[in-house]
Amino acid sequence: MSIINFLKNSTEDCNSMENNLILKVTDLSVELEGEKIINNLSFEVKSGDILTILGPNGAGKTVLLKTLLGLLPHKGEIKWKKNIRIGYVPQRLPFIKDVPLSVKDFLRLKKSFDKEMKEILGSVGFKENLLEKKVGDLSSGQFQRILVAWSLIGNPQVLLFDEPTTGIDIEGEETVYRLLVKLKEERELTILLVTHDLSVVYTFSNYVICLNKQPICRGFPQEILTPENLQKLYGAEVKYYRHTH
Amino acid sequence: MNQFLLSLIVGIFVGGVAGYLGTLMLSKKMALVAGPLGHLTLPGIALALIYGFDISLGAFPFVILGIVFIWLFEIRTKLPMEALTAVVFASGVAIAFLFLPIGQAEAALVGDISKVNLWESAISVVLTVSLFLIITKIYPKMILINISEDLAKSQAINVKKCNLVYLILIAVIVALGVKIVGGLLTAALAAIPACSARNLSRNIFQYAFGATIIGIISSSLGIFIFELTGFPAGPLIILANAVIFLISTIFKR
Repeated sequence: MSIINFLKNSTEDCNSMENNLILKVTDLSVELEGEKIINNLSFEVKSGDILTILGPNGAGKTVLLKTLLGLLPHKGEIKWKKNIRIGYVPQRLPFIKDVPLSVKDFLRLKKSFDKEMKEILGSVGFKENLLEKKVGDLSSGQFQRILVAWSLIGNPQVLLFDEPTTGIDIEGEETVYRLLVKLKEERELTILLVTHDLSVVYTFSNYVICLNKQPICRGFPQEILTPENLQKLYGAEVKYYRHTH
Repeated sequence: MNQFLLSLIVGIFVGGVAGYLGTLMLSKKMALVAGPLGHLTLPGIALALIYGFDISLGAFPFVILGIVFIWLFEIRTKLPMEALTAVVFASGVAIAFLFLPIGQAEAALVGDISKVNLWESAISVVLTVSLFLIITKIYPKMILINISEDLAKSQAINVKKCNLVYLILIAVIVALGVKIVGGLLTAALAAIPACSARNLSRNIFQYAFGATIIGIISSSLGIFIFELTGFPAGPLIILANAVIFLISTIFKR
């Protein structure tokens, strides 16, 4: 099923949704190759939220994002607000150095026009004209910003972002998150962010879902990220994560 | 029509489109796949030589068979496509050498463009032009699939369908290629122009256009030198490609 059809189907009966509700997930279960990856997950996303999906590696976070995009089969209900425009940045892009792809080529793959490209590149913080530069020659931080730019083409209302800082140095990490916050303000975006990094949750998001195949907890970060919940979420790893603060 | 002119026309069309398609194969780590597929055509070529029908016609069903096997194996085992191709192709070579007439082995292995007739040329031109149009249509989709299947799916691209179309395109170009450069060298017809063009280009257009032009130039060069020296055209075309590649390494951008 194409994502367009998926979105059409899943938005048809959403008129009854509250006005500021952008996404409503009810009893979502995902099973891939006989293994239960997500079990009975329910949550809502309101317009303007920065929602973090937090959990250890292998907890089903990426699967959740892909399911929300309609890329994976699932049970339960995913209701997006009608005619919603979604931007998506996947976790890793492995083959990009094999072809001589300019930044312009890359952005054009998403049917973007020169004017829009220039405007978006400015908006993700590039002052210089990067369009003719080869994607393979960019630094990891620059490349990440190009990916953000990609997701902004078509003027989305929601951004789905999978581990935005994988493979970027710490300074680059800072910039990516600050950029997301800036974009959220400028473009009235709602952001769904997948991460295993606890500090991100405190600094940038106003709502968090803790996931480790089973939903562990959800709510406002300051309220629900208690030592007990973190223990449940990360098990033995919890000490390490608490030390990062 | 003049035999030399016919050979040249077929060489230009097949060489150019093979180079163009090769740019997609290089990016999908498939450059080597055409090689084994070329080898897989050998039983078909052997049959064509024994019963006296068109080499490409004999080659095509065997490539398709090989591709169907590789496609099914990939879905079933999740092994990389190029590894599976290696598994499949040796069988093709083995079967061919059971009954390939030794006297005609050279035509099967390195091709023989000097006997191509008007009818075959016309079919080659029609097929390559169709291939060119289809490649152009799926090109941006394939590039996006190579970068990230998830990204492609999120753009409503049917990844499975694109991959299948892409494999069929490879099958057709391999079947056409064996007539010119033979079962052993078809891979090079697609892979080398793409490698050279990659060295010289800074964006997709230069890359795709460059590989097409390099494919055309090296085919023409090979056939001209064949006309002058009488050495087999297939190896000459590949050598012309190799020389262009060497030059491209000097000017790498």
